[in-house]
Amino acid sequence: MYDFLYLALLGGLGVALVAGPMGSLVVWQRMAYFGDTLAHGALLGIALGMWLTWSSTLAVIAVCLAIAGLLIVFERQRLLATDTVLGILSHGSLALGLVALTLIPGARTDMEALLFGDILTVTVAEVAVVWLMAASVLLVLWRLWPALLAITVHEDLARVEGVAVDRVKPMLKLLLALVVAISMKVVGVLLITALLIIPAATARHFAKTPEQMAVLASVIAVFSVCSGLASSWWLNTPVGPSIVVCASLFFVLVFAVYNRRV
Amino acid sequence: MAALIELNGVGKSFASRAVLQAVDLNVVPGRIVTLIGPNGAGKTTLVKIVLGLLQADSGSIQRSADLRVGYMPQKLHIDPTLPLQVDRFLRFASSDPAANLAALQRVGIAHLLKQTVSALSGGEMQRMLLARALLRKPNLLVLDEPVQGVDVTGQEALYQLIGELRDELNCGILMVSHDLHLVMAATDEVVCLNQHVCCHGTPQQVSVDPEFVALFGGKTALYTHHHDHEHDLHSEVLNSSGQTANSTGSPCGGPTDV
Repeated sequence: MYDFLYLALLGGLGVALVAGPMGSLVVWQRMAYFGDTLAHGALLGIALGMWLTWSSTLAVIAVCLAIAGLLIVFERQRLLATDTVLGILSHGSLALGLVALTLIPGARTDMEALLFGDILTVTVAEVAVVWLMAASVLLVLWRLWPALLAITVHEDLARVEGVAVDRVKPMLKLLLALVVAISMKVVGVLLITALLIIPAATARHFAKTPEQMAVLASVIAVFSVCSGLASSWWLNTPVGPSIVVCASLFFVLVFAVYNRRV
Repeated sequence: MAALIELNGVGKSFASRAVLQAVDLNVVPGRIVTLIGPNGAGKTTLVKIVLGLLQADSGSIQRSADLRVGYMPQKLHIDPTLPLQVDRFLRFASSDPAANLAALQRVGIAHLLKQTVSALSGGEMQRMLLARALLRKPNLLVLDEPVQGVDVTGQEALYQLIGELRDELNCGILMVSHDLHLVMAATDEVVCLNQHVCCHGTPQQVSVDPEFVALFGGKTALYTHHHDHEHDLHSEVLNSSGQTANSTGSPCGGPTDV
């Protein structure tokens, strides 16, 4: 009877699981703005998908990967600071996406769904893609975890100790692009970064090791998705923002309790 | 003795500005070579070339076939959002807990095994970095400003430890420094760098070299220290609860940062 609800829950959980370790890395490496840039690029991906009549998931993945690639290239130049480049790409692609969506003939777009997510209309195929992508990203993160962590701590030291920094660093950006692409349907373009960093930031208070933080962040993200869906069901509020509100409430609660103890 | 690493006529430019010109450098087992020079002299660039992090534009670099480098970077900044304890930090170099504990014992901070890295003092941080370098079983230690952020008493203790490690491991040590007094007493050979090698030799030779005097002034007296007492690291930095406490009755009176 409530098939669509179970499907939404399933899709949300797939994203939540991968959001833990990926969000932790985003927090440690201060890549939040990078995540935003990819998310804005996802909108351009939707427009591209409609224009080429591709599947929107595929088009979003393609555009996110392309933007990640562009950033990897841009990072090697020194003329402009990375956050300036990010700002150009982020807002440039957001604006281009918005304009393109209105220009494409016959494109009936629900802008709110794109910006804030539309998990209740997720299809079985889309959920399958979410889980396939989430599982692949988790697998690669698992394999690269020691290297990613060593780079987070000290890049040159990692390099001297034999970590393939030049291979691993771009890989992280590509993985983040994939996570952003599959998160789009759940929380929408504007709230993807929130789903990545808020659970990780909440988990920080309890974690003694990086691994604890990553796992705990996943648990908190799962809770946020479940409680967000539930509150959206009972209060008739949009799902994506409800999930982020729940994650934020957890964070504020933990922050208040934790800081009182200190 | 065969050199662990030998640089001949190495040059490096960034954006057509020469940072290093015709630099020769040579580290053999059992010797401590210290690079000194003013800021912008190219010390860090040279170290990066030695480590293979940067490619030289000219000159040749020979590394011995069995070279194993232990590297201690200049400064470690751990973002407070990253929960990391000392034991986890050492796991990057070795997954053997017994070896990790032994390395910490050797550098005198075994009691900090479960300490959060971002809460370490300057001296403790440097010792932890040294422990990670040791875990690689190096025959060449590259130490970039190893006493940075450590007070004078702690600096002296660290240099003494580095000297002991050289004797135990018979490894070559390449050290970077811009302080003069303490390091001069702790090294076998000094290479004075200011984009090129101004002068090199024993500390005694270098300190009277006109080029050295021109760079650093004639005031530099060689620091020779005579130990009249020893510090016990553990009783020094530990109070009953296992927390670090600063200078509880150091005989010198000054704060001890180890």
